[in-house]
Amino acid sequence: MTLDAAMPRTTAPAILPGSGGLRGTLSDLFWRRPQLLLLLMLLPPVLWLGIVYIGSLFALLLQSFFSIDEFSGLINREFTLKTYGDLFQAANLDIILRTVTMAALVTLASAIIAFPIAYYAARYARGRWKALFYLGVMLPLWSSYLVKIYAWKLILAKEGILTWLLAKLHLLWLLDGWLSLPIVGGNSLSVSFTGTFIVFVYVWLPFMILPVQAALERVPGNLVEASSDLGASPGQTFRNVLFPLALPGIVAGSIFTFSLTLGDYIIPQIIGTSRLFIGQAVYSQQGTAGNIPLAAAFTVVPIVIMGFYLWGAKRMGAFDAL
Amino acid sequence: MRSDRGPSAPLGLKIAAACGLLFLHLPILLIFVYAFTTEEKSFVWPPPGLTTQWFAVTWNRPDVWEALSLSVRVAAISTAIALVLGTLCAAAVSQTRFFGRETISLLVILPIALPGIITGIALRSAFSLADIPFSFWTIVLGHATFCVVVVYNNAVARFRRTSGSMIEASMDLGADGFQTFRHVVLPNIATALLAGGMLAFALSFDEVIVTTFTAGQQQTVPIWMLEELIRPRQRPVTNVVAMVVVLVTLLPILLAYYLTRDGDQIAGSGK
Repeated sequence: MTLDAAMPRTTAPAILPGSGGLRGTLSDLFWRRPQLLLLLMLLPPVLWLGIVYIGSLFALLLQSFFSIDEFSGLINREFTLKTYGDLFQAANLDIILRTVTMAALVTLASAIIAFPIAYYAARYARGRWKALFYLGVMLPLWSSYLVKIYAWKLILAKEGILTWLLAKLHLLWLLDGWLSLPIVGGNSLSVSFTGTFIVFVYVWLPFMILPVQAALERVPGNLVEASSDLGASPGQTFRNVLFPLALPGIVAGSIFTFSLTLGDYIIPQIIGTSRLFIGQAVYSQQGTAGNIPLAAAFTVVPIVIMGFYLWGAKRMGAFDAL
Repeated sequence: MRSDRGPSAPLGLKIAAACGLLFLHLPILLIFVYAFTTEEKSFVWPPPGLTTQWFAVTWNRPDVWEALSLSVRVAAISTAIALVLGTLCAAAVSQTRFFGRETISLLVILPIALPGIITGIALRSAFSLADIPFSFWTIVLGHATFCVVVVYNNAVARFRRTSGSMIEASMDLGADGFQTFRHVVLPNIATALLAGGMLAFALSFDEVIVTTFTAGQQQTVPIWMLEELIRPRQRPVTNVVAMVVVLVTLLPILLAYYLTRDGDQIAGSGK
């Protein structure tokens, strides 16, 4: 402390002498120079994240500017834009388009399913019910990702519970009709885009509920009452009051659903068709094909898309809702 | 805060919310039924019969035990590293204001904000550029990196609620920095650290996307499960392991919730 330093010790017996010993000296030093303590506290995490994480991201970026020698299959460590050129082949553009479409649809569906849950939890649930709703969202969120996918494999299998249920309800014609459609259909739900879509929505839904609920909890109840006092129907209140105020929360949630769908490669691999998504393309390029530069270039796609997405979300005020 | 009980929800909303919650929970409950089925070859529903024999079969499978042991060791060490780094970072960010504070928060959150595949392939390309062979430690390196954020979130929330005057009072009463940390700061943040640690453990125990890029031939439990999902060998064993994994991850989440529920910020909302 400055007082301690300014006064000579002999004339001020009320002030303790230096603590002595290594521990005391260190303690005194940190007290006099909080900047030093701050530096020491920040150094390990910043070094770790800076070297391990940021360093790896740069390694990734660097790799995307290398190219693969088509004859030897070896990586040519020279700067080139050839790999990015390969990225814009029709087949690869198809993969990108397919993934972005899926991510957009999943985000939309999650928002629609999440809204009533979040709205009920934010406005009507109290006390014990509130805790129940909270755990009701938190437990599926934290349950094992693979087990959740596995559960859907059980449900969507041809001999599984869904077929059984529809047979009991005499609705099998509906399932067969849907499966015979092009693109969304297939041999069974577990090898169709419909199945992939359902599982994506299921796995990412909690990521949408939480920010929407947080946004709705900040809407003052009297605003909704005022709207109906002024003669608005519930539908009008929703369109003109509730929805605009909840929108930042929805956008915040969509960051997760969109980004997670863009990068996932396990769900479409286990439940879905043989047509690839970005994540699968990355995985197969770096694994079986051994083309790490192209895999790296592929990962730059979701990073760029998410960059634009985050920029747009920030402008809509979504970060305040996180 | 309203004092009355509040209006009752419209029926349509109640039904939609209930259906949404059922949609979230029924698939997980289904896992518990399938762990007891007698059917070996397919996913037929309803199960033709119920049995507990698969628990014994799973118990005697060395590959399951090896995967479990590796997962627990990786999760324990990653959690320990994340606890140290996350607490240090949280203490620095919440106790002082300095230039670049926002950047530090962003740096901590980034590994979990970007899709896992990016973290995974970034680490893999770094290992390949630096010629680091895959090992136990490459798995830990990846896991610890994204576990920091969970500890950090919990610790920051708690530091925000802890008043700085307590630390000053301790110093005024003659405690040195280490004593203040041991007797004042630590008891205050202990439950938040415990909650963060448990969530980090659960996160690491369940992680598969980054692990596929940073593990060599070794199998953690999620990698083992992924292998079984792609090339099924013995489905009933997978069913039992799935059920055990659900239970193992459930407990830390519930505990973390009870440890932090009185706070304004509850653990786990930032997976």
